[in-house]
Amino acid sequence: MAGSFRPDVKESEATPEGLWLRRREFLTLGAAGALGLAVGARARAAAGPTGQPLPVARRVDSAGGEAPTPWEDVTSYNNFYELGTDKADPARLAGSLRPRPWTVTVDGEVKRPLTLDVDALWRLFPLEERLYRHRCVEAWSMVVPWVGFPLGDLLRRVEPTSRARFAVFTTLLDPAQLPGQRRAVLDWPYQEGLRLDEALHPLTLLAVGLYGRVLPGQNGAPLRLVVPWKYGFKGAKSIVRITLTERQPTTTWVRMAPREYGFYANVNPEVDHPRWSQARERRIGEFLRRKTLPFNGYAAEVAGLYAGLDLRRSF
Amino acid sequence: MALAAVPSKAAPAVPAAPRAGPPGSPAPAPRRRWLQPLALAACAAPLLKLAADGATGGLGANPIEAGLSRLGFWTLTLLCLTLAATPLHQLAGLAWPLRLRRLLGLATFAYATLHFLWYLGVDQGLELGLVATDVVKRPFITVGFAALLLLAPLALTSTDGWVRRLGFRAWKRLHRLTYAAALLGVVHFAWRVKADRLVPSVFAAVLAALLLARLATWARRQRP
Repeated sequence: MAGSFRPDVKESEATPEGLWLRRREFLTLGAAGALGLAVGARARAAAGPTGQPLPVARRVDSAGGEAPTPWEDVTSYNNFYELGTDKADPARLAGSLRPRPWTVTVDGEVKRPLTLDVDALWRLFPLEERLYRHRCVEAWSMVVPWVGFPLGDLLRRVEPTSRARFAVFTTLLDPAQLPGQRRAVLDWPYQEGLRLDEALHPLTLLAVGLYGRVLPGQNGAPLRLVVPWKYGFKGAKSIVRITLTERQPTTTWVRMAPREYGFYANVNPEVDHPRWSQARERRIGEFLRRKTLPFNGYAAEVAGLYAGLDLRRSF
Repeated sequence: MALAAVPSKAAPAVPAAPRAGPPGSPAPAPRRRWLQPLALAACAAPLLKLAADGATGGLGANPIEAGLSRLGFWTLTLLCLTLAATPLHQLAGLAWPLRLRRLLGLATFAYATLHFLWYLGVDQGLELGLVATDVVKRPFITVGFAALLLLAPLALTSTDGWVRRLGFRAWKRLHRLTYAAALLGVVHFAWRVKADRLVPSVFAAVLAALLLARLATWARRQRP
């Protein structure tokens, strides 16, 4: 813009010097804020677990003796886009989800398909508490005491046919209960999948509870998948259908961004997400990041499933 | 505030702010002296809230991530407010936004710097090597860092002394880097989110409107 400039500004209009010098205060505030964090982490109200208690037959520590992440954190910091995309949204909006009564269908390449109320379903199996590390693809992690039963027990019950190669998990599609589905953030309903041998692996859990209580809505009530050696997004929440298929499904995140999210999604410090490193993670409640373990620390149990597979290409 | 853009030809359709009359006339209405202190307090408010929430646990289970996001959000918000001052003056004939433009610009730079320092020191634990790798390797961090680098010389040359030293035209040319920084800042945010582009899209729309307003003024000036 070619404009002639008239310096018609009086000294009195410039920022007074006193105000000017307060910039330093402005900056020290930031430091104060950072210090406050350390205090604040302690000050968070430690609310105890709530909800219906579940009958737990046995407890297994599969997190190497690490302390579980507090209930308050596990139930207030969630990725469940069907209930909003902010981490605090799911806990705020979970009231609209009605997890009971709830019907689950297991079908596809199975000899004995079944459709059952969720509470009748979990009563078919002895419930276990499993303390698992939980690693999100966003490089944060928790230690969670899930309550559930091995998915393999259910799959053996429905008898997969010889053509069954994959298991597909489908989340409820109901914008009235899941207000996040009113916007096409993802391609609803959410779908995830596992190779059949992964689905049958003894570590793979169908969870109905947390901390000995029935699962809260924000954590995927009433039934969710937990695959502890994979990134958290593999664990489909609020499942209504499990279908065994011959062909590998195109899962929701793979459809959304195939360069960023793979079908396998095994926790791997060597293979970065295109936008951030996966070499380290922040354990919720800790200040400094820790090193991410191959297969989230479950390599001894699961590495054999991927013998001969190039984990860089099959990420 | 310095540097109201004064058009050369077609007089703007806006009345000038009241000025002191000829000597001997009654004193003009006093300037609103509270305007800048109030604006500074408003600029500091998000930071105070961050500190308060940090101290009381109001930042949730992952306070480090929450702080980083908030500082980024306020950087972009203040940048949009800074860029709103000129169109408010040119199109709505308001004089007071111009008196806040420099303050808002400096507040933007302060938040951008804190956002970066938070990422470097708090989020990444001062692991300089890893941060350098991120800046080079991750496009969303590259553009964010570039935006910060563009803002730095603008903050440095924000004083009247620098306007005199550079000459107004050169100074004005230099300060057009704000537009590039704003674009890069919005891209930085849009490239960071995983799936929900709603908030980055709102920033993009606001920025587009602010740039279009300038285009409208410019086009009007082209007509003799």
